[in-house]
Amino acid sequence: MPMIEMHGVCKWYGDFQVLSECSTSVEKGDVVVVCGPSGSGKSTLIKTVNGLEPFQRGEVLVDGVSVGAKGTSLSRLRARVGMVFQHFELFPHLTVMDNLTLAQTRVLGRTREQAVAKGLQLLDRVGLRDQAAKHPGQLSGGQQQRVAIARALCMDPIVMLFDEPTSALDPEMVSEVLDVMVGLAREGMTMMVVTHEMGFARKVASRVIFMDEGTIVEDVAKDAFFGDPAQRSPRARQFLSKILAH
Amino acid sequence: MDLDFSVVVGALPYLWTGFRYTVELTATAAAGGLFFGTLLALARLSSIRPLAWLAAGYVNLMRSIPLVLVIFWFFFLVPLILQAVTGAERPPQVGAERTALVTFVMFEAAFFCEIMRAGIQSIPKGQVHSAYALGLSYGQTMRLVVLPQAFRNMLPVLLTQTIVLFQDTSLVYVISATDFVGAAAKVAQRDSRLVEMYLFVATVYFVLCSALSTLVRQVQKRFAVTP
Repeated sequence: MPMIEMHGVCKWYGDFQVLSECSTSVEKGDVVVVCGPSGSGKSTLIKTVNGLEPFQRGEVLVDGVSVGAKGTSLSRLRARVGMVFQHFELFPHLTVMDNLTLAQTRVLGRTREQAVAKGLQLLDRVGLRDQAAKHPGQLSGGQQQRVAIARALCMDPIVMLFDEPTSALDPEMVSEVLDVMVGLAREGMTMMVVTHEMGFARKVASRVIFMDEGTIVEDVAKDAFFGDPAQRSPRARQFLSKILAH
Repeated sequence: MDLDFSVVVGALPYLWTGFRYTVELTATAAAGGLFFGTLLALARLSSIRPLAWLAAGYVNLMRSIPLVLVIFWFFFLVPLILQAVTGAERPPQVGAERTALVTFVMFEAAFFCEIMRAGIQSIPKGQVHSAYALGLSYGQTMRLVVLPQAFRNMLPVLLTQTIVLFQDTSLVYVISATDFVGAAAKVAQRDSRLVEMYLFVATVYFVLCSALSTLVRQVQKRFAVTP
């Protein structure tokens, strides 16, 4: 059974259709990179996976659980799906450690000791063990994003979603975040990543999805996507030539 | 004009009871107003339409009526309502002090609601999304993530509103409750020393409110740069 399945997902904002007939599936351990011009619906698409973006038609299944269905507990599903945002979205009024333990204790019911131990273990992993007592505002963008990844991993997620995790970072901080993501991918984490970092895609992606105007235009293996431009759709070729130009 | 401030000294114990009531009324109205105001703000921002309308209606009503009228209406209406509810023969006496407490909590709730509503709306939507993404419920998201930040952002405004409230509590004299001003007025009438008493009361209000305003500016400076 695939980890994530989408069947004919459609979403409208009033008359404007943001997603039309989006279907794909992500197997356990897959790293799927979603790219496309801005406004193409990439972020909206991955936010349907944990129910942050409701949709009007179609179906999204995560580990066999239907996201939009009536009986589904969204908070229970979200606790198993980690998400990393473009603007980090750490809680500024809490310390780094409290950011990491909040949902562990409140959602998973872990004790404070268990949560702190887990938090320290993951801070170690992203190389920020010594920052536990600081507030997010005292950290650089790259450090904040690494804390955000650690916060999501604290929940032992079965899937990780990344929504443009490096777009808001200064260039010199991009690689420290990508390094953590590459490590995760190599360990076999199932990931859906909205990004324009084609280097990351080349290195660890299993598949690349290209979106334009709310539709999935391409959904192919990485080697096919980068290897054979002649086989690509004109829109994907145009997009690639723009972002790979420099 | 000959001023004799010894009348103030003699009346200090009585003035002190009035002052204590003023502080008590201010503190209760601020705490209760903040509590119910926050609930009202959540209701106003709720996606459940009737709830949002009801809350908006209440807030707009309270904000469009002079406080003096609200105090009057409560003073005369609450006993009648209690009578209707309990079926007593005569309207039960609630007492001016208790009426004032209830009135001020309900009136301030409308003002604190608007402050907290602005505070909640000042928190980026991404904060709510990231809280939801971690599996937190709506209640947990509000209680643990949004409201603490909203409260912090709005602290200077909340304190300023409380200073206004502190002054507004003097309006309870219209139902003869003995607050600080009420106590001073009674002594002033009895001893025919209006100028001295009202000068003294005004000085106390001035000193306290100026000190509180300075405090607000300090708070503002401390929280000016939010990370």
